[in-house]
Amino acid sequence: MADPREKPLPPLRLEIENKSLESGQIGEVQVPLSAWERVVNLDWVRRLAILVILALAWEIYGRHLQNPLMVPTFSNMVTALWDATVHGPLLERIYTSIRVLLIGYACGVGLAAVFTALAVSTRVGTDLLSTLTAMFNPLPAIALLPLALLWFGLGVPSLVFVIIHSVLWAVALNTHSGFLSVSETMRMAGQNYGLRGVRFVVHVLMPAAFPAILAGLKIGWAFAWRTLIAAELVFGVSSRSGGLGWFIFENRNQLETAYVFAGLTAVIIIGLLVESVIFRNIEVRTVRKWGMQH
Amino acid sequence: MNATAVDSGNPAAGGPVPLLSVDGVTLQYKTRDHLVTATYRVSFDVFPADRFVLLGPSGCGKSTLLKGVGGFMKPVEGTMRLKGRVIDAPGPDRMMVFQEFDQLMPWKTVLANVMFPMRVSGAFPRNEIRDRAMAAIEKVGLSKFRDVHPHMLSGGMKQRVAIARAMAMEPDILLMDEPYAALDALTRRQMQEELLQLWDDTRFAVLFVTHSIEEAIIVGSRILVLSPHPGRVKAELNAHQFTHTEQGSAEFMDLHRRIHNMLFAERLEAQAIKEAGHG
Repeated sequence: MADPREKPLPPLRLEIENKSLESGQIGEVQVPLSAWERVVNLDWVRRLAILVILALAWEIYGRHLQNPLMVPTFSNMVTALWDATVHGPLLERIYTSIRVLLIGYACGVGLAAVFTALAVSTRVGTDLLSTLTAMFNPLPAIALLPLALLWFGLGVPSLVFVIIHSVLWAVALNTHSGFLSVSETMRMAGQNYGLRGVRFVVHVLMPAAFPAILAGLKIGWAFAWRTLIAAELVFGVSSRSGGLGWFIFENRNQLETAYVFAGLTAVIIIGLLVESVIFRNIEVRTVRKWGMQH
Repeated sequence: MNATAVDSGNPAAGGPVPLLSVDGVTLQYKTRDHLVTATYRVSFDVFPADRFVLLGPSGCGKSTLLKGVGGFMKPVEGTMRLKGRVIDAPGPDRMMVFQEFDQLMPWKTVLANVMFPMRVSGAFPRNEIRDRAMAAIEKVGLSKFRDVHPHMLSGGMKQRVAIARAMAMEPDILLMDEPYAALDALTRRQMQEELLQLWDDTRFAVLFVTHSIEEAIIVGSRILVLSPHPGRVKAELNAHQFTHTEQGSAEFMDLHRRIHNMLFAERLEAQAIKEAGHG
């Protein structure tokens, strides 16, 4: 050791040891938040506030413009929506749309499951899936509608065809990348239990990749809904009972702009309901509960 | 466990029969550009109720060797036998405890995690599985946390669940791949004591991988010292007489120094040559 005068040393101090510890001074360690803070912390309260502001802005602009043909007011739209729901054909139109949508969505998800099963089990399957997704994912489903009309005629099969196309690639791509991102430790733990083949996929890969699968299902749902409404705008005419898209198109032709807005609002409300009720609930019961997503 | 191992062994041999015998095993794996030889002709025997430690610096192939015993890798040379049967695939008779905390299934509660391998292996009657799982969780002191999901647990608790899960399966041998390396020092020490206590209760056989000399001496009853690049057996030593209480005693320090010198022998030699050159 060098001379302490050249290299400084910390001062030597007495040792301290507390025999008894007191914590009475600071009171409660956990203090509840105030009521206002708790209300503001609720997601739906903040989102509802935004919706209310948007609706107010719309109402004010509509009244200022005084042109119901171009922009009806918010209250006009609400009246139209009520009228179409209670007296008009809106519920029937929604039912038609959702029925077609569910058929297409289910077929698309089923096919995606087949493709990803092939992709995880064989190398050819992987190549097939990545090539097909690279080709078809950027292709808008609606661009296939003319071809679908030629093959399947005017009707539900054509709609189902384009919906499958819009769902399949998004779901397959997400599921597959979810499977690839399952950690090596998790795979080894699964194999260690003696799990092989389908049982390994069902018990280990699928739940472990569930956040990615769920994201794929959400994207697939949004794509399918968009594609359906767009397709119905093109040819709702033919089939006996048209869907929501047809409702919008019909009312535009009759210059019932408030009803056009009502139709669009119905599209939005259904989209929001599926997202915030169905998918949200699945999320809360699965990936959030498991701590895989926050 | 002791009795079954002896029963299944060769009656002609007089002495104790090894539970796991690794004979001249060479393990290789491929990276993108290289074929790496992880271990070269490694041989050792693990007997029932052994706490067998594989010790060595990084690159000595100790984890690869454990994966080989686990059945995740096939040797290019030599054989590995468990109770006389050649190991060729992963299976629930060799339960593994990994270093990583993500070995637990996040979508299952603690209880479900412990029950799951018992359910899928079909080795236990359905009506016993729940009770066995509860007993195993009780043994590692997590009864209060039975119904929570793994993300709510600390690292040490997750490792306890992994140990409970493995022990509940009553495997022929427990494989532990640096199970405490990711824990803080205080928790690690506590976990080592708990493992020794568990071993004292049930006398299972465990193959334990570590890079800490201290941990090897405390946890192990027998230590296999491996040299790196590729992994070869440097020594097989006894350490059954040491636990935490002997830590710091003269014998403990002697063994520690002996192993330390073995592991760093090459570096010491290189240093000696260098110094000789200067002198």
